[in-house]
Amino acid sequence: MKSIKFIIAGILFGIVMSKSEAISWFRIQEMFRFQDFHMYGIIGTAVVLGTIATFVIKKYKLRDFQGNPIVFTPKEMSIPRYIIGGTIFGLGWALTGACPGPMFVNVGYSYWAIFIAIGGALAGTYLYGAIKDRLPH
Amino acid sequence: MLELIRQPWPWYTSGIVIAFVMVLLLFFGKSFGFSANLRTICSACGAGKTVKFFDFDWRSQSWNLLFLVGAVIGGFISAEFLSNGEAVQISQATIQDLQQLGISSPDGIQPEEIFGLSAAFTLKGFLILLLGGFSIGFGARYAGGCTSGHAISGLSNLQLPSLIAVVGFFIGGLLTTYVLLPLIF
Repeated sequence: MKSIKFIIAGILFGIVMSKSEAISWFRIQEMFRFQDFHMYGIIGTAVVLGTIATFVIKKYKLRDFQGNPIVFTPKEMSIPRYIIGGTIFGLGWALTGACPGPMFVNVGYSYWAIFIAIGGALAGTYLYGAIKDRLPH
Repeated sequence: MLELIRQPWPWYTSGIVIAFVMVLLLFFGKSFGFSANLRTICSACGAGKTVKFFDFDWRSQSWNLLFLVGAVIGGFISAEFLSNGEAVQISQATIQDLQQLGISSPDGIQPEEIFGLSAAFTLKGFLILLLGGFSIGFGARYAGGCTSGHAISGLSNLQLPSLIAVVGFFIGGLLTTYVLLPLIF
């Protein structure tokens, strides 16, 4: 039960990303061309509800299922890190039409070519780890 | 009922469930961020021996790998049991723009010109996926998160860094859409 709950949460995520077509290259293109509300609706609804939930959790100091306080770690402030890193990420997101989550959902969908992108993503992660101290953060 | 499920779901169902998944993970004592898995996989493959960034107890992150396994299973369940096999219903304007690039209108979820195996194993097709994936992996770690960690979890926690990262995502995405894709196709 300890581990199966994470698999179930992942299944829920995988199903909803598939069924709302958020794993589709076409939908990502439509989003970056501002030609339909669909992807903005998905992210917007999630953020509005997520903000309310985060606010409620903080306000009432809610605890997790094990009784530990739920903590939110603030992200360290920087501009170059997020702008440069984010831009590099966005270049790839629009090219493959999949961010890391949908990449793996596509595997379940039997789009085997996505393994090339996953291999690339692992190589990219490795390179970042190797040269991170030489990058502006 | 099954017919209804097999149709594509409207955006708000997806937004609601994604927020639910984020909250669920918080109550499990974790935080929603998918790209951390890429670092964990590198570490599990032994990258910690050569690079300090991967030298950590990756087993402490195994919950996220289980979430990843679930995401794959979720995709499989959707494809096998919950899909009517219809093409993605994108807007006419997008179809026309993409046709000008030589990408035919949707026949399924993904374009044959990129995800078809015969396209993926040409030099051009292979490089598109490989370099696209590469910049996703590099950029996600550089920015400290991807769409789930920044655009969903970070924005929900009103984090300015996450907003800056999301602006970056769009700068990159627009560059690819309007500059790179016309050059490539």
